[in-house]
Amino acid sequence: MGILLNRTARVIVQGITGKEGSFHAAQMREYGTRVVGGVTPGKGGTTHEGFPVFGSVAEAVRETGADVSLIFVPPPWAADAICEAASAGVALIVCITEGIPVRDTLLAVGEVNAHGVRLIGPNCPGLITPAAAAKVGIMPGSIHKPGTVGVISRSGTLTYEVVHQLTGRGLGQSTCVGIGGDPVIGTTFVDCLGLFEEDPETEAIVLLGEIGGSAEEEAAAFIKENVTKPVFSFIAGRTAPPGKRMGHAGAVISHGQGGWPGKAAALAAAGVTVIENPARMGETVAAWFEARRAAGPTTPGKKPGGRKRGSA
Amino acid sequence: MIGRHLVTIQSGPKGDPVETVLVEEQVPIARELFLAFAIDRSLGCETVIASASGGMEIEEIALRDPRAILREAITPASGIWPFQIRTLTAGLGLAGRTAQAYHETLRKLLTLFRELDCSLLEINPLAITKDDRVVALDAKIGLDDNADYRQRLLADTARRDITDPVEREAARIGVSYVHLDGNIGCVVNGAGLAMSTVDILAHLGGRAANFLDVGGGADSAKVAAALRLILQDPAVKTIFVNIFGGILRCDVFARGLIAGLKLAGANLPVVVRLIGTNRDEGRRVLAESGLPLIVEDDLETAALRAVSIAAGGN
Repeated sequence: MGILLNRTARVIVQGITGKEGSFHAAQMREYGTRVVGGVTPGKGGTTHEGFPVFGSVAEAVRETGADVSLIFVPPPWAADAICEAASAGVALIVCITEGIPVRDTLLAVGEVNAHGVRLIGPNCPGLITPAAAAKVGIMPGSIHKPGTVGVISRSGTLTYEVVHQLTGRGLGQSTCVGIGGDPVIGTTFVDCLGLFEEDPETEAIVLLGEIGGSAEEEAAAFIKENVTKPVFSFIAGRTAPPGKRMGHAGAVISHGQGGWPGKAAALAAAGVTVIENPARMGETVAAWFEARRAAGPTTPGKKPGGRKRGSA
Repeated sequence: MIGRHLVTIQSGPKGDPVETVLVEEQVPIARELFLAFAIDRSLGCETVIASASGGMEIEEIALRDPRAILREAITPASGIWPFQIRTLTAGLGLAGRTAQAYHETLRKLLTLFRELDCSLLEINPLAITKDDRVVALDAKIGLDDNADYRQRLLADTARRDITDPVEREAARIGVSYVHLDGNIGCVVNGAGLAMSTVDILAHLGGRAANFLDVGGGADSAKVAAALRLILQDPAVKTIFVNIFGGILRCDVFARGLIAGLKLAGANLPVVVRLIGTNRDEGRRVLAESGLPLIVEDDLETAALRAVSIAAGGN
């Protein structure tokens, strides 16, 4: 079943007539996702790669019953696209666009929250639920496999790396969510952790963090109180120099805040297995499943390292 | 002063050349305050940070007396309310004309923070003069790079100020590059994987010479430009290429890499890890190039190989 995205999702692509929107709409359709159309202002009434194109999100929702919108609109117009989707009544907005000014994201996130809509991103690879053949994003579908590991990440290709390692060891994924690498984003680690904890299909959670901000510390506090499933984490940027922005707008250690040691310590104290070698992420998760199998069916809900949660 | 090197905490030990001098009127100071605007990433809003202890670093104030730091969250759509500013002036012990002047200055600074797409605006010290004026005596401004397209003047000025020629070239060709002090040059796609690549080299006993994210659309010209950035660093002994093909297909990247290596005239050992979309085609392109590349599939094996070569082994 997974989280946030299931088989019934009806997806539209904002910016479908652009190069990326066009390519990924076709890729998603090929993977099995129900892509019901696209939106490009001024191009309503046409078709593109077999998809009907609408002039506005409201029109697309009315005509197709779409409930998910994927955004490939360039940065100057992306916040407008997010707010248009929110006001048109879709339930889930996924914004891939990288490079949106923070000021615009702040306003868009405020608007999205006022509408009670969920936003994933911006600056993210999107999300995928393999068992539902549902992919709303830019990740290569072929590396995924249906299964019971939930993945949450601030990164794109690093997510593909862990998925590759998991799938290579026979471990499939319930849902993989790229929450985005910008300083301000819609859906957080904490939101996804809560959903994975409640999802009966998910048995273990992989959390890929990075330096900058305090999202990992907030995740740790939440895990300590609310998560009974085992959580495994790798945090990128352990060796990054302070004050330097490491590619992502949000990946920077500033004024001594947001460094690796604090994040790793907070997660470890919450019972999370912190993985230090990024080549051993899949192996570490596989070892837990192996140990559980060896121990038999009598020890469900146990954290790695033997720490047991009190039932909240 | 002009033409000399000025050494400060921010410049590092080498200092920066003085190109411009700003001459200001001398201000009769009664009190020195701290005032800053920043983005609160956790709350997803702008925040104003104020303190009565101006002239000190905010980290120092935070350590000495955290209660001396006042914060007000600003709702993006509605801005700051008068009651929030009253809370601040009361907390700072300002009244009457001074409180009014502070109120006006704070509003002007918030407008500046927003209209110039700042990521940080720090006034330290913000002086209260003996004649009850509020004057900014210093400013530290961080700009949101993502807003460069609508802040042309500021963006161009900031870019002109990049003194490191390599960083300036990286900004021009559109790759994320950070110089590090090791000897393994790195070419990676994606910021998270690029950081992880630097990390795994360190984990295995090596040291990366750089962080480099080539981004999604890595054609041969871009790869060649990225390789030249790496090769200008005389410390580099080997290059570690770690690419996870997604949108960027491995065969497309492999062609770019081969052309880039030839264009850049690279004759260092190159370890290549290429997986993901179209891996097999990518590997065939590498094999047919005739270049002596070391190709590995496994991340750890590949990283170990680079570490070993950089240490003088093979």
